[in-house]
Amino acid sequence: MTWKTLATTALAGCLFAFAGQAADLRIALQDDPDMLDPAQSRSFVGRIVYASLCDKLVDVNENVELVPMLATDWAFSDDGLKLVMNLRDGVTFHDGEVMNADAVVYTINRNINLKESRRKSELASIDSVEATGPLQVTFTLKKPDASLVAQLSDRAGMIVSPKAAEAAGANFGANPVCAGPFKFVERVAQDRIVLEKFADYWNADAIHLNKVTFLPIPDTTVRLANLRSGDVQLVDRIAATDAGIVQGDASLGYAEAVGLGSMGMYVNMGNGPNAEKPMGQHKALRQAFSAAIDREAINQVVFSGGALPGNQPWPPTSPWYNQDLPVEPRDIEKAKALVKEAGFDRVAVTLKHHNNPVVTQTMQMIQAMVAEAGFDLSLLSTEFATLLDNQSAGDYELTRSDWSGRPDPDGNVHTFYHSKGGLNDPKYNNPEVDRLLDEARASTDPVARKANYDEFAAIVTDELPIITIGHQKYLYGFTAKLEGFTAYPDAMIRLQGVKLND
Amino acid sequence: MHIFLAKRLLVAIPTLLLVSVFVFFLQKLLPGDPVLALAGEERDPATLEAIREQLGFNDPLIVQYLRWIGAALTGDLGTSLRTGQPVLELIGQKLPVTLQLATMALGIAFLFGVPAGIYAAVRKRRAGDYTANFIALTLLSVPNFWLGIMLILLVSVNLNWLPASGYVSPLENFALSMKTMIMPALVLATGLAATLLRHTRSSMMGVLKSDYIRTARAKGLAGRNVVLGHAFRNAVLPIITLTALLFGELLAGAVLTEQIFTIPGFGKLIVDAVFTRDYAVVQGVVLCTAAGFILLNIIADVLYVLLNPRLRAQL
Repeated sequence: MTWKTLATTALAGCLFAFAGQAADLRIALQDDPDMLDPAQSRSFVGRIVYASLCDKLVDVNENVELVPMLATDWAFSDDGLKLVMNLRDGVTFHDGEVMNADAVVYTINRNINLKESRRKSELASIDSVEATGPLQVTFTLKKPDASLVAQLSDRAGMIVSPKAAEAAGANFGANPVCAGPFKFVERVAQDRIVLEKFADYWNADAIHLNKVTFLPIPDTTVRLANLRSGDVQLVDRIAATDAGIVQGDASLGYAEAVGLGSMGMYVNMGNGPNAEKPMGQHKALRQAFSAAIDREAINQVVFSGGALPGNQPWPPTSPWYNQDLPVEPRDIEKAKALVKEAGFDRVAVTLKHHNNPVVTQTMQMIQAMVAEAGFDLSLLSTEFATLLDNQSAGDYELTRSDWSGRPDPDGNVHTFYHSKGGLNDPKYNNPEVDRLLDEARASTDPVARKANYDEFAAIVTDELPIITIGHQKYLYGFTAKLEGFTAYPDAMIRLQGVKLND
Repeated sequence: MHIFLAKRLLVAIPTLLLVSVFVFFLQKLLPGDPVLALAGEERDPATLEAIREQLGFNDPLIVQYLRWIGAALTGDLGTSLRTGQPVLELIGQKLPVTLQLATMALGIAFLFGVPAGIYAAVRKRRAGDYTANFIALTLLSVPNFWLGIMLILLVSVNLNWLPASGYVSPLENFALSMKTMIMPALVLATGLAATLLRHTRSSMMGVLKSDYIRTARAKGLAGRNVVLGHAFRNAVLPIITLTALLFGELLAGAVLTEQIFTIPGFGKLIVDAVFTRDYAVVQGVVLCTAAGFILLNIIADVLYVLLNPRLRAQL
């Protein structure tokens, strides 16, 4: 090699490096995702990476409506037992294989049958799936399931390359091959996940970034410091108390969205001997507890206004919210009267919660608020794995728990309030609620479903197996050079249309 | 010397076995079901049972232990329950990172702590000694996490001199690696330097009082030669033991610093593993740390012998 070629190569290298620099986006994540196999992964933060890596059959827009992605349109049969989906033409996977009906059938079957799959319960209503055309699949259901399309808007609907999945088996997560806008380059656990632009992406015109690096940075202060020092350009979930700093800095941009999830307190109503305690036995006490809480004050003090007070499983901004049952302001007299009505003077209650600062602060405020109504609330903080264990084993009187939320209303209530629900840790059991939830799940008519959910909300806001406090907002900070970023209620970072200017 | 080494290595085997029993059964006592922690929000009973079966958690504990230790003896420490990566590969990724951090931190600590300790001993009960002690006490008292965040805010956010956090391998980009590691190493070094200073000072003060030093001075040797050539050579032995111990501690003890600066190191690996109840990783890491600790102690013993002729005669 001569000096000339060397010099040219070096120069070209520099030019590429500069050109690349502008379109390389570094995103700070709150946690390190678990394995990157859509069939096996469980972590919330992993879904943020998938938003760039794996396209789904269906996507969710800013208004939580289901919109086409790999499927262009879909329809249920009249009896609700068949779902036909037409697929997008001209989609290829990162390994060059063609995305078609066979690939969808393969992926769905993999999600149902793979021993290590965590998608089985999400797809439990599917009896079989078959290719009814080169670009058409038909799902046959065991019973009608209106939430199925929403399930396919998440990991269960991420279509993977059959060739790659077949070769890798359960180890697919080490080198995932999907049909998203970016393809997998490398991952160093707890350090970084690197993706690069996929040139043959079906919607390549919407992608203006060459490379995306996800960096797990658990400490919120350090995450923000990285943004301010320019080491990262976008921060996933800044702390509510830091929102002011980001908004006050001209070199930074800020975006927020009300999430789909909720923050609440579970009351043990039927999960072992702890259900015999006063709170599990007396509806009036639960109502008193709820009435004694000033939800707006918690929002202002703990979350600096960066949350939304709430009283139902979905936020007041949701179309599924029962507007006849608004969040009531604190009513201490009512609370005191209810405690008396239940036959108590003062009630000793123990609540277990996760030992993170925000949750602890929330609980200390509630402790002071309910004390005025007659509750002697003891707080027990534990780390998360222990809390989960206690909660599912019934080793609690009250616990404080969050839910990240699902786009379809069914995903936010059925598993918690149905007597057979997998996450019904209070072991709440009300046949009328079961009926309303089952019917709403089986119906594809939004009006009928809304009526059911309204009736359901009226029952559970009265009986209060879960006392809802409010709803998380997802807050993002990013460099002002980032253009086109939108915060979504499902907290996914979608990079379609996002540009990084020089 | 060979017999000495062989003996030390033989003792290491039962120690490691004991550690393996200890870590295996102790973590089973931890509250919190790993399967629940693994299942996350998909906690339906069928899924839980499937995970339990797949991971062999339904077998008796002793069977689980024998299966693990048997595989470990053949060099297979299992795979992470959370990410599916082989534990050995994870350790291979994380250990060099922490080794680099620990070496840099100890290097900095040595550079400041030892000379300052010598100085303090020589200037015993005078202004220099008090100043050195004051600085040492201050450095020891400043919490690492606070110092780390303050440094990030000052150096990275306000001055924009160094990257705020993260890690780059020195093999990939040496200069950038040093730039990302210098702040965390400095933070870690503060406490270490203070410890080294205090130990060097007391060790030196003991030696400086001994007869042979008085003789050396009486012979008319220059103060500098007496202190460095005669006194320090004897005073350095306990400092080497201390350094080996500190290094061993840093392997898993740098976790706060690693967390703040988001360095994907060994300490962070084990803490994350404990919180997610990733048993395979916890077991593998503890076993490796114990092995590392034993190895460092053997190295310290060998160094002792090499540096101290009196011990050589006793072998």
